[in-house]
Amino acid sequence: MTIEQHQHVTNVARDVVFNESDHSRPGEQVDTKTVGQVTVEAPVITARHVNVHYSEKHAIKDVSIDVARNSVIAFIGPSGCGKSTFLRCINRMNDTIPNAKVSGSIQLDGIDIYDRSQDIVQLRARVGMVFQKPNPFPKSIYENVAYGPRIHGLAGNRADLDEIVQTSLRKAGLWEEVKDRLDNPGTGLSGGQQQRLCIARAIAVDPEVILMDEPCSALDPIATAKVEDLIDELRENYAIVIVTHSMQQAARVSQRTAYFHLGDLIEVGPTEQIFTNPRHKLTEDYITGRFG
Amino acid sequence: MTKTAMAMTTTQARVAASLRRRYAAEMRFRAYGILAICIGLAFVAFLFTSIISKGYTSFQQTYIALDIDYSAELIDPEGTRAAQTLQAADYEAVIKASLKEQFPEVEGRASLRHLYGMISNAGEQLLRDRVVAKPSLIGTHERVWLLADDHVDTFFKGQIDRKLPESDRPISDEEIVWVDQWKAQHRAELRFNTAFFTTGDSREPEQAGVAGALAGSALTLLVTLLLSFPIGVAAAIYLEEFAPRNVWTDIIEVNINNLAAVPSIVFGLLGLAMFIQFFGMPRSAPLVGGLVLSLMTLPTIIIAGRASLKAVPPSIREAALGMGASRVQMVAHHVLPLALPGMLTGTIIGMARALGESAPLLMIGMVAFIVDVPHSLSDPSTVLPVQIYLWARSPERAFVERTSGAIMVLLGFLLVMNAVAVILRNRFERRWS
Ligand SMILES: Nc1ncnc2c1ncn2[C@@H]1O[C@H](COP(=O)(O)OP(=O)(O)OP(=O)(O)O)[C@@H](O)[C@H]1O
Ligand SMILES: [Mg+2]
Repeated sequence: MTIEQHQHVTNVARDVVFNESDHSRPGEQVDTKTVGQVTVEAPVITARHVNVHYSEKHAIKDVSIDVARNSVIAFIGPSGCGKSTFLRCINRMNDTIPNAKVSGSIQLDGIDIYDRSQDIVQLRARVGMVFQKPNPFPKSIYENVAYGPRIHGLAGNRADLDEIVQTSLRKAGLWEEVKDRLDNPGTGLSGGQQQRLCIARAIAVDPEVILMDEPCSALDPIATAKVEDLIDELRENYAIVIVTHSMQQAARVSQRTAYFHLGDLIEVGPTEQIFTNPRHKLTEDYITGRFG
Repeated sequence: MTKTAMAMTTTQARVAASLRRRYAAEMRFRAYGILAICIGLAFVAFLFTSIISKGYTSFQQTYIALDIDYSAELIDPEGTRAAQTLQAADYEAVIKASLKEQFPEVEGRASLRHLYGMISNAGEQLLRDRVVAKPSLIGTHERVWLLADDHVDTFFKGQIDRKLPESDRPISDEEIVWVDQWKAQHRAELRFNTAFFTTGDSREPEQAGVAGALAGSALTLLVTLLLSFPIGVAAAIYLEEFAPRNVWTDIIEVNINNLAAVPSIVFGLLGLAMFIQFFGMPRSAPLVGGLVLSLMTLPTIIIAGRASLKAVPPSIREAALGMGASRVQMVAHHVLPLALPGMLTGTIIGMARALGESAPLLMIGMVAFIVDVPHSLSDPSTVLPVQIYLWARSPERAFVERTSGAIMVLLGFLLVMNAVAVILRNRFERRWS
């Protein structure tokens, strides 16, 4: 798809949304098949009619959803349903996949991130990402955390940078474990420590939104608990989108839950309600373990 | 025994039976591997012993001590001590006179010619340099160690069988007598052959050295490295990280792969037509040699570079991009440092091939007989493999050991080059991991 076409689709999609009502108002009527409450008050992210194609494969089908500030939303659903794909739309990581085509509109604070004027570097500084597999840079622990502030010019001098590194590692709950070996390679840490290092790296640039793709899938229960506590603390300052296969985890850390199924967003709602009283049959099947 | 237990035992028996077969296969495979390595090592050992046993003698040279009479009559009959006179004086006559003095019994034109032929004509230059530097030597006596002629040297090193009939050996009976006499008087000895490493080629084997070819090879490789490494790495990065995947990049990729397989002599012809005939660059120059070898080395570096870029895990790229690094930052900060060791390996392979290459350089005239050691990129010069080829073709017995000696120098050059690359690579690996 060319940029022009993309713009066209974006505009059409936006027209549909705007014609219905102002999306920032609660109770907005969005033209969607999704069951539940897709909109929230004063959302940080507003996705409308997002479609993703990998060549012929239609991986995300007309998904509309809001992400609220200072809260955690969990994406759940069977493997291959498009959770990661949708997550990667939010910081445009899908741009790096040559055959992936995204259409629709995703707004961050009311600005379309797929707009031509949107700087992708700036976007990714505002929307941080933690990947499923811990992927620290093969550099020192210090360099790992300092990398983001350094490329974005956030620290004026070495002392500022030291400060940022320390606070980020503290927030990620890793400081006590690594403060004496900041010069050791980040790849030499344990899996759980590496994942917390990646979280520290992501929050070092002080983003508005943090995307986490199954951050605990490689971790033991203790490390998982630490990361979950961390997510709960981070919620005070950031909006967090987390993909998880663990129902318990979704229930523990999130305020809202979204259920994806074969590229469709089936149901969104308060976590409590989704787990106790799902409104859609597919959601219920999945929650109760009747699905694959 | 229950049914399941029975099933278990039969399964285990089967596993046990198959295990024996599997271990046997593994042992066989290992034996083949060890055999292959042994054969390879044997060949290498054979090659090295043959080269070293033939070539080590080229690092030594026979010197004869003569009592030189710096006779004023011969050097400066008018007594002016003018530099010009000292330069132009007939030092050959000085050497001849001292030989004649030592062997007064030698008579007849043929015998005298033999006697005078025992000393290399490099001796004249040595005496000239000494006298010009210190004119007060004139009128004095001095014992000077002079380079022996190559047939004396070959005999002295025991490479000529004295029991052969006189007509079958390059040294005559009377010459053998003189050499034996010198040896008895401790006037003949083997010394380290510094000249081999400091002089260029010569028609006289005893004066021929590898310095010219060594400098030529070094200059040529310098040009090759400076051109092919940055261009190759940049091309690999562009093709792998930035270029869109379309028909054009496919065509470029196929062409690069084909270029890597083109016979090197074709690059020589291309260099001749393009650099020398079209651009008018000098013949036999390291500059042109380096350009030609760069053409040849580039595909190797590009292919190795792309392979090592591909080997960098995508998770690192995602991490960098996810942090908001631009594409260039991602490559420069994360991908390139990880790929650089592999790129260096590819470069070393390419450079080693370039070092051993002679065919394309023959086409651009680097095969000429060149005495002077090149000092700049446009000086005419030759390279080590071509020098080896030239000496291997020469009929004199003394060139045989020099051929092997030059091969040893070439291998030494290669070792040094590889060592430097390995050190560089280790440093990079340590810094980044
Ligand atoms: N790069 C790609 N090229 C082609 N198809 C892809 C690509 N990435 C994902 N897909 C397809 O898109 C669909 C959604 O994939 P996605 O990775 O988003 O699933 P997911 O919900 O994250 O699954 P999981 O829980 O297993 O991680 C899948 O059918 C997958 O095969
Ligand atoms: Mg996934």
